[in-house]
Amino acid sequence: MRSGIIIGLAALGALLLSGQPSAKPGRYPNPIDVALSSDGSRLYVVCEGTDELVAVDPVTLAVVARVRVGHRPRGIALSPDGSRIYVTNSWSDTVTELDGTSLAVTRTLPAGWEPIGLTVDARGQILYVANRLSNDVSVIDLAAGSEIKRLAGGRGASYLAGDGAHVYVTHIYPNAGKFRTEPESEITRIETGQSTVDARLRLHNVAGVSHVALSRDGRLGIAAQLRPKNLVPLAHVAHGWAFGDSLAVFGEDVGGVVQLPLDEMERYFSLPFGVAIAPDKSRAYLTASGSDEVAIVDLQRLVAAARSPERDTLANDLSASARYVVARVPVGRNPRGIALSNDGTRLYIANHLDDTVSVLDTAAGRIVGTIALVGPAIVDPQRRGERLFYSSKFSFQRQFGCANCHLDSTFDGLAWDLEPDGFGVDIVDNRAIEDVSETAPFKWNGGNPDLYTECGPRTERFFFRSQGIRDADLSDLIAYVGSIPLRPNRYRLPGGELTAAQERGKDIFERARRKDGSPIPEENRCSFCHSGKYYTNRQLADVGTGKPTDRSPLIDVPHLTNVAYSAPYLHDGSARSLEEIWTVFNPKDTHGVTNDLVKDELNDLIEYLKTL
Amino acid sequence: MRLAVFFASIGLLGAAELPRFRWENFTTAQGLPDNRVYSVCVDGDKVWAGTDNGLALYQNGKWRVFTPADGLAHRAVLYLALDKQTHDLWIATMGGLSRYSGGRFDTFSQLNSGLPNDVVYGVAAHGDFVWVATAAGGSRLNKRTGEWSIFNERNTPMYEIWTYSVTAAEDKVYYAVWGGGVLEYDVKTERWKDYNDPDGETEMVLFKDQGLIHEITSSVSYVNKILWVATYFGASRYDGRNWRNFLEKDSGLPSNFLNQVKSVDGTRTWFSTDKGLAYFDGEQWATYRPALDTHAPEMLVRNAAGETSRVAVDTAPAHNYIFGVELQGDDIWVATAKGLSHGIRIKQETGKP
Repeated sequence: MRSGIIIGLAALGALLLSGQPSAKPGRYPNPIDVALSSDGSRLYVVCEGTDELVAVDPVTLAVVARVRVGHRPRGIALSPDGSRIYVTNSWSDTVTELDGTSLAVTRTLPAGWEPIGLTVDARGQILYVANRLSNDVSVIDLAAGSEIKRLAGGRGASYLAGDGAHVYVTHIYPNAGKFRTEPESEITRIETGQSTVDARLRLHNVAGVSHVALSRDGRLGIAAQLRPKNLVPLAHVAHGWAFGDSLAVFGEDVGGVVQLPLDEMERYFSLPFGVAIAPDKSRAYLTASGSDEVAIVDLQRLVAAARSPERDTLANDLSASARYVVARVPVGRNPRGIALSNDGTRLYIANHLDDTVSVLDTAAGRIVGTIALVGPAIVDPQRRGERLFYSSKFSFQRQFGCANCHLDSTFDGLAWDLEPDGFGVDIVDNRAIEDVSETAPFKWNGGNPDLYTECGPRTERFFFRSQGIRDADLSDLIAYVGSIPLRPNRYRLPGGELTAAQERGKDIFERARRKDGSPIPEENRCSFCHSGKYYTNRQLADVGTGKPTDRSPLIDVPHLTNVAYSAPYLHDGSARSLEEIWTVFNPKDTHGVTNDLVKDELNDLIEYLKTL
Repeated sequence: MRLAVFFASIGLLGAAELPRFRWENFTTAQGLPDNRVYSVCVDGDKVWAGTDNGLALYQNGKWRVFTPADGLAHRAVLYLALDKQTHDLWIATMGGLSRYSGGRFDTFSQLNSGLPNDVVYGVAAHGDFVWVATAAGGSRLNKRTGEWSIFNERNTPMYEIWTYSVTAAEDKVYYAVWGGGVLEYDVKTERWKDYNDPDGETEMVLFKDQGLIHEITSSVSYVNKILWVATYFGASRYDGRNWRNFLEKDSGLPSNFLNQVKSVDGTRTWFSTDKGLAYFDGEQWATYRPALDTHAPEMLVRNAAGETSRVAVDTAPAHNYIFGVELQGDDIWVATAKGLSHGIRIKQETGKP
């Protein structure tokens, strides 16, 4: 708590929360998103860690209610008349509907895979939900309570904002593209008349797009984004700017889409996440979830920059942000979603890893209050490690943290040139890191025997270009990384049984003979290398996928848990889909015997792999 | 028309009820990327044309062309299907399947996806599924899960895997299997059934109306529980119980060689032949084309009694060789071997074109 009023609820809670469940013992609330009721009398906080929606009195800053929702809630939206509240449950694949007055749960609505953001159309009839793992947007008829269609979004569709005529959707993983090309993302535009995608605003050289906000007149939109410089060796960190922490400005006020930086020279705005635009369109606010700050942006100046003759070059100009960023205000750890009061005088900031909500006086530009959401009294090693994971403070000039590449503790869909050995050498695909503690060794060449090596000095030296991680911090960081759980696998049937195609695929995965009856050498069977609980024998193997630019053809056998989610594939990310692993990169049957399979059988094998 | 042509007034033959059109034709001169137009698809005021050299969009009086440089799977676009829920366009090409959605092309090939073959002849979108007809069997993409299923000789009664066309509805999905008749998928039971020519793989018709007219099927259309099948040797209609076949010699079809059939409501049906565009309203027939000899605009009518007449017209589709049609309200768009034609409906109530 850096300033302002702290409302300790330990003693007051029993009185204020009479009849309400308390926070789950032993679990950190992890506030991730916030919203205000239409009359401004309630602040709603989505607590991802405790599966709760928490209601706060914005005057007293006291928690007045807690309501259990689904698993891992992520986003919140209110109906236009404020009578209904909707919360996405990212691990339940549902949306909880609550009564806006009583906070009673009224319905549970279906959504896609890992719903994150949502918004209700201006008529209060249609709910749009961005589904991260199914890469689409659910269109839900609120009267019927049913999903009427899915629209193709960008990969990792996550956040939305609407202006009545349109809904704009961002996505955190870049769309599939050619190997070693600049990442391509988009802002998907849905016209709300027919609920169809009518445009995709191109975000070239962009990945990791987070929240998006629109001005009330609908003429200006802002999205928080990253411009990763993954095609050149990370050695350039020492020269500054491994990620371009930036925003995309779009709409009639600007004309087209313009990317503008939030970073400053030697003062980076790491991992921008939340966005809000003042009702009078004077200012915008963005959170830096890695730098623990809120940026205050003068919109008149921002639009002027976005309309300037040099607008297309400003994205790579570290001096540009001085034109429009008027202040950066320190807040709690890992600030995420934000919401403005209806009059724009207060900004509420969900500090994800502090279990607090900061209250910013927008006129004064300072924090005037902090809402405590009550978590465990003890900050355990995992929690400390999680804070380190999301913080940029260990990297050179505080440019980025682990979470810049492992977005929300997952991956980023990019292949990186990490090594200080010249351009294009030893390209590495960014693996998912869920449930990896028992999958050592690490790194694609197996060079790191344990997480201490993987996350410690080598990360300091080769990634962060710093030497600031203390042993105690490293232990905490590893405790957190080892605790990252697997997301639910949506390809498995509810009872755990396999579909007919998955069963056939399993037989292929485990087969010991080719279709002509000849034996497959043990080391060339899928299930030999990909064995055990995590589908890795933790050995090195030459499966013929090494490139001339790799220093060694020996590749660490990767774990396959939740492999379906983490395209691209192979050690260098050269396979854009699971299919390409075998249709393109296995001509000599060195990566398992697959060339005797017909296409049907390869499809079956892939259906099985998706269940792992 | 091999039958004698009677020059009678429209009113006498009841032909007034048959649609008449003023034809406007588009070629490369107007902006099409190629005159060989394989498919046309209408989405509101937008008209998509699949040509031998790219995909074209007609909107607000202008053509916009998309090529592989834009992300299209292949320059030769064989068939177009609109997803009526999302208004995404599914594009069957000689080099894979593309989806155009809000300005973005996503391409599915036999290398990067579960698509069985890159030669894609037909596609249909219904609900959560996209059904695909390829040179190596049929397939189905589950849009929600990304699962590809393949249908071929190993898991269906299909003995020939060259699927040419597919039509999908709530209860049934039909494939036209070129050389293998028609394949039916029952959505409820998930079972397959084949329909074949009872006269075998011959061009003889020994027993008319006892089954499919021929094994070489080129197109299927299933509307209101009525299946229409186009073959290279006539057309067939199946109501789930009885077959009825149509040949040039005993119907208003201008040719037995059909590239496409498209039914409006199970009864009113359009036929794309190598000798003109034909329409059947359940009793009467009409053919629209440039005359085969003089190339002068021509509209032929065959009434319920089998009497044939010629209606005076000033315009005709761009060419006799018709690949396919699509309706736009009362209007019709026609893909031909030498251009795309827009048939603008003439309101006959007023008696004025």
